[in-house]
Amino acid sequence: MSDTGIGASVKRKEDQRFLTGRGNYTDDIDRPNQTYAYILRSPMAHARIKGLNIDAAKAAPGVLAVFTGADTAGLGGIPCGWGVNNKDGSPMNEPKHPVLAEGKVRHVGDPVALVVAETYAQAKDAAEAIEMDLEELPAVVNMEKAIAGSGPQVHDDAPSNLCYDWELGDEAEVDGAFKDAAHVVSIDITNNRLVPNAMEPRAAIGEFDKATGEYTLYTTSQNPHVIRLLMGAFVLQLPEHKLRVVAPDVGGGFGSKIYHYAEEAMVTWAAPRVGRPIKWVAERAESFISDAHGRDHITHADLALDKEGKFLGLKVYTKANMGAYLSTFSTCVPTYLHSTLLAGVYTTPKIYSEVKAIFTNTVPVDAYRGAGRPEATYLLERLVSKAAWELGMDQVEIRRKNFIPKDAFPYQTPVALQYDSGDYDATLDKALELADYAGFPARKAEAAKRGKLRGIGFSTYVEACGIAPSAVVGSLGARAGLFESANVRVHPTGSVSIFTGSHSHGQGHETTFAQLVSDTLGIPLENVDIVHGDTNKVAFGMGTYGSRSLAVGGEAIMKALGKVTDKAKKIAAHIMEASEADIEFKDGKFTVSGTDKEMAFGEIALAAYVPHNFPHDQLEPGLEEQAFYDPMNFTFPGGCHICEVEVDPDTGVVEVVNMTAADDVGRVINPMIVEGQIHGGLAQGIGQALLEQCIYDEDGQLVTGSYMDYCMPRADNLPDFKAATTETLCAHNSLGVKGCGEVGAIGSPPSVINAVIDALRERGVTDISMPATPQKVWQALRAAEMPAAAE
Amino acid sequence: MNTPSKRTQISITVNGKTYSRDVEARRTLADFLREDLGLTGTHIGCEHGACGACTVTVDGMLARSCLTLASQMDGCEIRTVEGLSGPNGLHPIQAAFKEHHALQCGYCTPGFLVTAAAMLEETQDPTEGQVRDWLSGNICRCTGYQFIVDAVLSAAETMRSETEERDAS
Repeated sequence: MSDTGIGASVKRKEDQRFLTGRGNYTDDIDRPNQTYAYILRSPMAHARIKGLNIDAAKAAPGVLAVFTGADTAGLGGIPCGWGVNNKDGSPMNEPKHPVLAEGKVRHVGDPVALVVAETYAQAKDAAEAIEMDLEELPAVVNMEKAIAGSGPQVHDDAPSNLCYDWELGDEAEVDGAFKDAAHVVSIDITNNRLVPNAMEPRAAIGEFDKATGEYTLYTTSQNPHVIRLLMGAFVLQLPEHKLRVVAPDVGGGFGSKIYHYAEEAMVTWAAPRVGRPIKWVAERAESFISDAHGRDHITHADLALDKEGKFLGLKVYTKANMGAYLSTFSTCVPTYLHSTLLAGVYTTPKIYSEVKAIFTNTVPVDAYRGAGRPEATYLLERLVSKAAWELGMDQVEIRRKNFIPKDAFPYQTPVALQYDSGDYDATLDKALELADYAGFPARKAEAAKRGKLRGIGFSTYVEACGIAPSAVVGSLGARAGLFESANVRVHPTGSVSIFTGSHSHGQGHETTFAQLVSDTLGIPLENVDIVHGDTNKVAFGMGTYGSRSLAVGGEAIMKALGKVTDKAKKIAAHIMEASEADIEFKDGKFTVSGTDKEMAFGEIALAAYVPHNFPHDQLEPGLEEQAFYDPMNFTFPGGCHICEVEVDPDTGVVEVVNMTAADDVGRVINPMIVEGQIHGGLAQGIGQALLEQCIYDEDGQLVTGSYMDYCMPRADNLPDFKAATTETLCAHNSLGVKGCGEVGAIGSPPSVINAVIDALRERGVTDISMPATPQKVWQALRAAEMPAAAE
Repeated sequence: MNTPSKRTQISITVNGKTYSRDVEARRTLADFLREDLGLTGTHIGCEHGACGACTVTVDGMLARSCLTLASQMDGCEIRTVEGLSGPNGLHPIQAAFKEHHALQCGYCTPGFLVTAAAMLEETQDPTEGQVRDWLSGNICRCTGYQFIVDAVLSAAETMRSETEERDAS
């Protein structure tokens, strides 16, 4: 291993600009003659727009234009990228998602008017002068009420607010498995609604060049090419070659910056109409009411076990909140990213899953770090722990007994996925050792002396990422392929530019990808630049989400590098007058086997551009290659998270005192970066379990619309983590990599809640929902003390 | 509708350089730094003083530039992230952030750096608990904080040994 190659904890190349305040985020960009946009949003969750008087706003100081839904009604709706069919094969209900509200508003924050002015303050002032005559309609927030059929309708053309009623598996067949069961363990759980809260608020700048007819959109996106495609082809119908989308430095995404948002379309569409560039930057309050939210599932599940504790069958019934409109990937989250993972790490032979996706008068809900897999993992691991407690089994024993054994791979689950590799005992063993499981009883006894209730909770999980094989997702309704592209440009002096369709918004691609190049070509890291985030520079790309950058984007780079070395060998063979088959490439040197002839990589690079004696019918000048990589399968990271908590029974405060994560993310390219990703995921998982909850009141008003109300994890809420990796290689990619971006957020929440329940069990508490706030824990303890009083 | 607000003349020193500017009374210090002076290293994360991304120092005291009006800053000395590194390169806290992988997307980083640098001027030998307490006013969504805490403790050590060397020579 070289000190800059695969496996080295190389310090990040991108850090210098971020540390010195010289990052280039969208809001840092100012275009010549730029104007500013403010978006007037609905203050009501559900209302008919009876009138909009924009005259005073148009006449306000500095105002250049005011647009409403009447202006944008001819545009396409914001598209959904994944079609899901109902049980009977009919397509899902897909109501229009207008750029600006048309006739009705359907959630607090729904955009009603776009005001463009010389300054942001002027645009905001003018928006106050818009007379918005809204006739308030009853709103529906609760999913049970929404599908009852008698209440408010979010969309007239979606009866009972049903988007789809979908299933996976044969319910009758799984019922059969339940007939032989010695035990059935059931659970009702809620996966709490979350707000992703990337620290950089969304922003967009639209620009139009009249001379060339070219549009440019600068935007806070995880996938600029996807935005170009969705906005250009579906919403604005702009020619793709005349639309450039730039996603410069982006301050975190966590899924929320995958989607095509109305604001991007607004500023791009309005730019030629105003005749100047238009910049819009969300205020945090706007982020809360316009960024896609995450999770929000209500699930009932039954697990059948034999008398030894082996799982026989699983039935899962989920209601998933879509919000008021379908965000880009919303529909696939509860179905293909959730239900297909319900085997978990276990050999459960029969599984049935039903998902009802429901419209409500809330912000659209879509993928948030983990997307579907945290929901599946939370359900399974809560259920497995509950089964162990009810059956009097050890938490470790029940899991080991049901693990897919390491010699069973490739393993076909009953829910469509085929896992390629894994070793769940290895991650469990590693976690048990790191967490000092054996020492837990002593720690619990010691805590009891201090008046604290100490509990330990487990989660053994697998997830499906490296999204995704196009053929598979296409057959499941995806309206796009999920490959990745890469271009390797070797410059005449031997330095290299990599153009990748992946996008870094914190993940460190500029370092990890450079390590792949340094390792493959044997050149120093500083001779490699990673270019991303600009559709005019990068040929194509599907972007970064679903822990796909290395497993898909990295593989595309490897494939293009392979083409570069093949071509370079041809050049080397020609110059050294040898047969191509005799050329070897190692450590940055081309040698002719059996001779002492050699040429450095840089010499070949120069020769490629100075082709004085090339046989041009056989050898082209230049050294640049493009590759597209479409994965054969998903990748399947997995592991074990063990959480230890102490609960103060007098206050209900839960403290995470130990958080252990042993994850198998395949081959690790940069251990430092991988550990950072795992830490970040754990923080979001603990946040979901203990702190974060997005709350709407019955009228559809967002109660938790600021950082004073929505509890974000802070430095004093979290412990030091014990994180380690074990390694089984991905069997279907050249690097053996699986992905590490989401494992922390997927695996950890059930470990935290199981630990809280374990701590409270001795007091008679058997259930607690996320987030386990002090109030909730305190109430659960009081209710358990006085069961009658709690009713 | 609000009437356009009044304007005020201020003289302000930012990272050692003095500027005289005419500002709208309602202009925040954050917007002033970013838009009037082009110092875009200071980031705005929430506009309500809760996330700490916009943290700067005003006359040596930590302040949320999103909640501070530029018009109040007449005669004040401001330090932003751009003022941390000197002619000899990165400030020890910046170097430690890189060494310990204490940043990912970089958006909250300027606020953490300014906060940590100011804290380390006050307390040279903090405990982990103190560091977590100091930093609890800043939100980072990427890192889970552990590497940030490690970086601050490591920078404290570096700065102590630098001080000792200076004192010895």
